Amino acid sequence: MKVLVPVKRVIDYNVKVRVKADGSGVDLANVKMSMNPFDEIAVEEAIRLKEAGKAEEIVVVSIGVKQAQETLRTALAMGADRAILVVAADDVHTDIEPLAVAKILAKVVEEEQPGLVLAGKQAIDNDMNATGQMLSAILGWSQATFASEMGIDGDSAVVTREVDGGLQTIKVKMPAIVTVDLRLNEPRYASLPNIMKAKKKPLDEKTADDYGVDVTPRLEIVKTSEPAARAAGIMVGSVDELVAKLKEAGAV
Amino acid sequence: MAVLLLAEVTNGELAIDATAKAVTAAKALGDVTVLCAGASAAAAGDAAAMIDGVAKVLVAEDASLGHRLAEPTAALIASLAGDYEHIVAPATTDAKNVMPRVAALLDVMVLSDVSGVVDGNTFERPIYAGNAIQTVKSSDVKKVITFRTSTFDAAGEGGSASVESIGAGDDPGLSEWVEDKVAASDRPELTSAGVVVSGGRGVGSEENFALIEKLADKLGAAVGASRAAVDSGFAPNDWQVGQTGKVVAPDLYIAAGISGAIQHLAGMKDSKIIVAINKDEEAPIFQVADFGLVADLFQAVPELTEKL
Ligand SMILES: Cc1cc2nc3c(=O)[nH]c(=O)nc-3n(C[C@H](O)[C@H](O)[C@H](O)COP(=O)(O)OP(=O)(O)OC[C@H]3O[C@@H](n4cnc5c(N)ncnc54)[C@H](O)[C@@H]3O)c2cc1C
Ligand SMILES: Cc1cc2nc3c(=O)[nH]c(=O)nc-3n(C[C@H](O)[C@H](O)[C@H](O)COP(=O)(O)OP(=O)(O)OC[C@H]3O[C@@H](n4cnc5c(N)ncnc54)[C@H](O)[C@@H]3O)c2cc1C
Repeated sequence: MKVLVPVKRVIDYNVKVRVKADGSGVDLANVKMSMNPFDEIAVEEAIRLKEAGKAEEIVVVSIGVKQAQETLRTALAMGADRAILVVAADDVHTDIEPLAVAKILAKVVEEEQPGLVLAGKQAIDNDMNATGQMLSAILGWSQATFASEMGIDGDSAVVTREVDGGLQTIKVKMPAIVTVDLRLNEPRYASLPNIMKAKKKPLDEKTADDYGVDVTPRLEIVKTSEPAARAAGIMVGSVDELVAKLKEAGAV
Repeated sequence: MAVLLLAEVTNGELAIDATAKAVTAAKALGDVTVLCAGASAAAAGDAAAMIDGVAKVLVAEDASLGHRLAEPTAALIASLAGDYEHIVAPATTDAKNVMPRVAALLDVMVLSDVSGVVDGNTFERPIYAGNAIQTVKSSDVKKVITFRTSTFDAAGEGGSASVESIGAGDDPGLSEWVEDKVAASDRPELTSAGVVVSGGRGVGSEENFALIEKLADKLGAAVGASRAAVDSGFAPNDWQVGQTGKVVAPDLYIAAGISGAIQHLAGMKDSKIIVAINKDEEAPIFQVADFGLVADLFQAVPELTEKL
């Protein structure tokens, strides 16, 4: 079985984002970019499937600017076999919407015929939480989102999902789309020799046009603003003082 | 202009708080029809009919809709979509599973976690863990939206909408339910509680979490946790508050042994009053706290429980 893992290049989760003064967006020039943390977990899961003999090949794909190459190289260094870069934008500030990403991924799936797509549950920049579900709808495949545990059992996958009430386990027919949550695994770091080796692994470059997908956004960004700041608070010196303040504020 | 709202129905029961908050957001867009889908959903439909502002309720009962599997639920909603310009739901994990699928079936974008309605096409939503608010204008003919419930007040009761039974959509039979692991609790639900007491890595162990729970019970509060506390096995996953957990905005949020990473703040910084108890005076949580106490939580939390 082949596993396809879409990986997104996003602002590093440790970076405090700054909204541009003119409200046109978030400043992404010269900030550290990394692989979306959820996608690291998806790549790790694919590698573990391969190590367990349940997958033969891992193909990673990223859609966006040319610089997403670095993200793909990271995935290759972790252990993916092959990468596809779909260039769909030339400005780092242009993000491709999940619907367009899902349409491109559907074409890649047609070509590659994977038995499983492992995606992140959400990208930490736009927090849209949509791409996997949309891809699954377009392909007419089964979907299992927010996975914290998964196992492959013949032609189906058994997936435990993190939901509001606790955990839900479902069994989905393969081929399937699984989107991964934080507690599925702890991704490995790429070793230096593997980083060197990854430079020689195949990375195909395509464009959105090659797949005939229109990436024109459906959502126009009117403006981006800072959230309202909280008024400064005070430090209290003791539990007694805290209790008094809470009573004063009518909070207890 | 008409709105179809997917009610949150779990095992036949309506989650009234989440649904009523979404109704408040949806009312601004047009007449609201609520869809209650499930293996049993009639009682949920009757409850939804009483929410103020609901014009009509559709009840779809079918075994295939029993566990909110994405494929049959999305197929049902897509089959009803013709009559509506907005298809909306509260941003629960169930809806986040289903609604993007609905959007793709209709070839439109989804708008997740919307926190404000500007007009019928224009919406506000938090991005980057709530560090920026984006206003977006949709050019799609139909808008598929999930509403962040913590930013809307629940609609009251007093409605008397008509209730109509409808059939299920096509079940492609791709998924089956195996089991649910849901911890029963007498405490209020995290996302609707007036008070939340959360513990972080500083609490140290599952046993020590009893300290947090005692304080919560004294206040009639829900219990929350940081990701670190959940990852370490101190607390179950459904207690996680944050960017990738639940978003809460209670009247009072007490954080003990939580450092205040942006991903945690994303889930609680809209709380009315925030109390932070941390032994490190440099902890970033103090920057958002209304009342900060630099103290060892093992002393301060029991003392607070006693004195409140
Ligand atoms: C700086 C910036 C500028 C933007 N500019 C515009 C604009 O001009 N116009 C506009 O309409 N919208 C713009 N947007 C919004 C954007 O188009 C979408 O809202 C955004 O993509 C939301 O989805 P997500 O990336 O959070 O995807 P999610 O659905 O949350 O992602 C889930 C998973 O899907 C996969 N995935 C997602 N994207 C990719 C990808 N590109 N390649 C490979 N895998 C992927 C990954 O596995 C990921 O974990 C902008 C966003 C940003 C951050
Ligand atoms: C993609 C992604 C998503 C994430 N999503 C979330 C999310 O949804 N929610 C979330 O919470 N996190 C999330 N995180 C994790 C987040 O970045 C932090 O790692 C996490 O919030 C830290 O939890 P903590 O504050 O409990 O632990 P720590 O940062 O380790 O802080 C523990 C605190 O306890 C204090 N302490 C220790 N002992 C005591 C004592 N005896 N008395 C008083 N204080 C004490 C310490 O001073 C310290 O400040 C996410 C991270 C990533 C990468």
